[in-house]
Amino acid sequence: MGQRNKLLLTKTIVLVLLCLAGIAFLLPFAWMVSTSLKPLNETMSIRMHWIPEHIRWSNYPEAIVAMGDFWRYAGNSLFLCLMSVVGTVSSSALAAYGFSRIEWKGRDKIFAIVLATMMIPFPVVMVPIYNLFKHLGWIGTFRPLWVPTFFASAFNVFLLRQFFLGLPKDISEAARIDGCNEMQIFFRIILPLCKPALLVVALFQFLYTWNDFLGPLIFLTDQKQFTLALGLQSFQSQSGGTAWHYLMAASTLVILPVILLFFVAQRYFIEGISTTGMKN
Amino acid sequence: MKENRTLTGLLFISPWIVGFLVFNVYPIVSSFYFSLCDYSVLSPPVFIGAQNYMDLVRDGVFWKALYNTLFFAGFAVPLGLFISLSLAILLNFEIFGRGIFRVVFFLPSLVPMVALAVLWQWMLNGELGLINHVLSPFLHAWNFLFKTSLNPPNWLLDAHYAKWGLIFTTLWGVGNAVVIYLAGLQDVPRYLYEAAEIDGANFWGKTWHVTLPIISPTIYFNTIMGIIGAFQVFAVPYVMAGGGDGPERSLLFIATYIYQNAFDYWNMGYACALGLILFLVICGLTLLATRLSRKHIYYAGK
Repeated sequence: MGQRNKLLLTKTIVLVLLCLAGIAFLLPFAWMVSTSLKPLNETMSIRMHWIPEHIRWSNYPEAIVAMGDFWRYAGNSLFLCLMSVVGTVSSSALAAYGFSRIEWKGRDKIFAIVLATMMIPFPVVMVPIYNLFKHLGWIGTFRPLWVPTFFASAFNVFLLRQFFLGLPKDISEAARIDGCNEMQIFFRIILPLCKPALLVVALFQFLYTWNDFLGPLIFLTDQKQFTLALGLQSFQSQSGGTAWHYLMAASTLVILPVILLFFVAQRYFIEGISTTGMKN
Repeated sequence: MKENRTLTGLLFISPWIVGFLVFNVYPIVSSFYFSLCDYSVLSPPVFIGAQNYMDLVRDGVFWKALYNTLFFAGFAVPLGLFISLSLAILLNFEIFGRGIFRVVFFLPSLVPMVALAVLWQWMLNGELGLINHVLSPFLHAWNFLFKTSLNPPNWLLDAHYAKWGLIFTTLWGVGNAVVIYLAGLQDVPRYLYEAAEIDGANFWGKTWHVTLPIISPTIYFNTIMGIIGAFQVFAVPYVMAGGGDGPERSLLFIATYIYQNAFDYWNMGYACALGLILFLVICGLTLLATRLSRKHIYYAGK
């Protein structure tokens, strides 16, 4: 077999494998949307069919009503996302600057501690943190879910530091000679150059807060404060696994904003995640 | 001037210092203290020494949770590594539609955990779920050929299969790792492959002797993060079990048991003892993984 034929064969095999894997990854989405458009009796049919015989768009408005206060949940989720994005971007950028653009004694040793804190799982610290917020009278408010984001998260500090280190030292030196102090360098030079990195951190935090379940589960007590994730779980545990057409419609609605966000900001997502792995 | 710099540096990182003290140091120290107490939030903690730890050793439910967690991590982490790395290697070929495939593999990892759990609860439904719809023709063929009478399992409602249902669910979300590996693969210098080709290496030879060693730091990093993530698994099994721990507690994990003790039984001292054990297990495994991999990780320029 010639070299060219061999290459063609390899590529065909690779393409077939990728197509099979691709179908396997897409089928759950298709099944979800398909179920979300079926009337109840069709979801209960033993025979597998993908296209509903009677497409039922009204599942969506009905699921929104059945979930309780859907729009309020969505508003709560958005509020928390907004606050935590502002919090984490501002505080993590400050900390990352201190860990990368200024040279001081012990800096890298302290940064090793930052990395080590990434290993602490939330379930390990959640009881004392819960008690702390209880003493502050914050249980049943949104504060436990957004105030901590104003104190820099290790992962975001790490990510931003990688970007800050990538900028040449000379630009800071030049600014220092011109009489700029560190705050001015940070705001006027470094931040404008790192907008894409800040966007990546904002996106990650938005996703994290939108998806978070354990935090809202333990800190929120009133159904009016539920986030979409918590609202969906509460709807699922109430409807006890029967109203699958509504559950799938509700899940689609919870997933959709995230997917849309991905397609709008695809480049930043892929860049950000690719950077995550570059660590020594 | 130098002191000035240290001060400026510390000022910049001050948000992190406060967060570190309040949300890391204080919780771990007080967690250790609470773990030595009888503590129910409503009344102040009473010191009882190592009682919680002694109870823990005798608590069959704890051992079940530990076993379930080890089982889940023991299968989900290696399988996730294998699948994501294989997909990344396939995607590294220059073929048609690469960008589209990358998006397709990545999308499921964006799905919020609650929605993921609800969707897969439906996928794994014993009678109506897609998984069994796809599986049953194969099982029928198998039964016909080998004269057996196998039935598709009732995944999440069957203590023997519930954890496997959970493992399949998590494997759907490996796309994140695929993107990370792909970025690593694209940094492998071309000349190394060319050199290997001259030496007569085929695809497997090149993968084994060039690709894997070069991206070993990425594999190491992802594996550590995977272990840490797998050991704190909570949301997906909790939601899949309808806010519980599954048939015969087959979906009870350490994090679930911490949650139950802290917020269902208000047994905060015991929950803290469990938390510290979880932390020690994670630290131990991370150290072990570092020890084992030290010889095999290749860092450019070192």
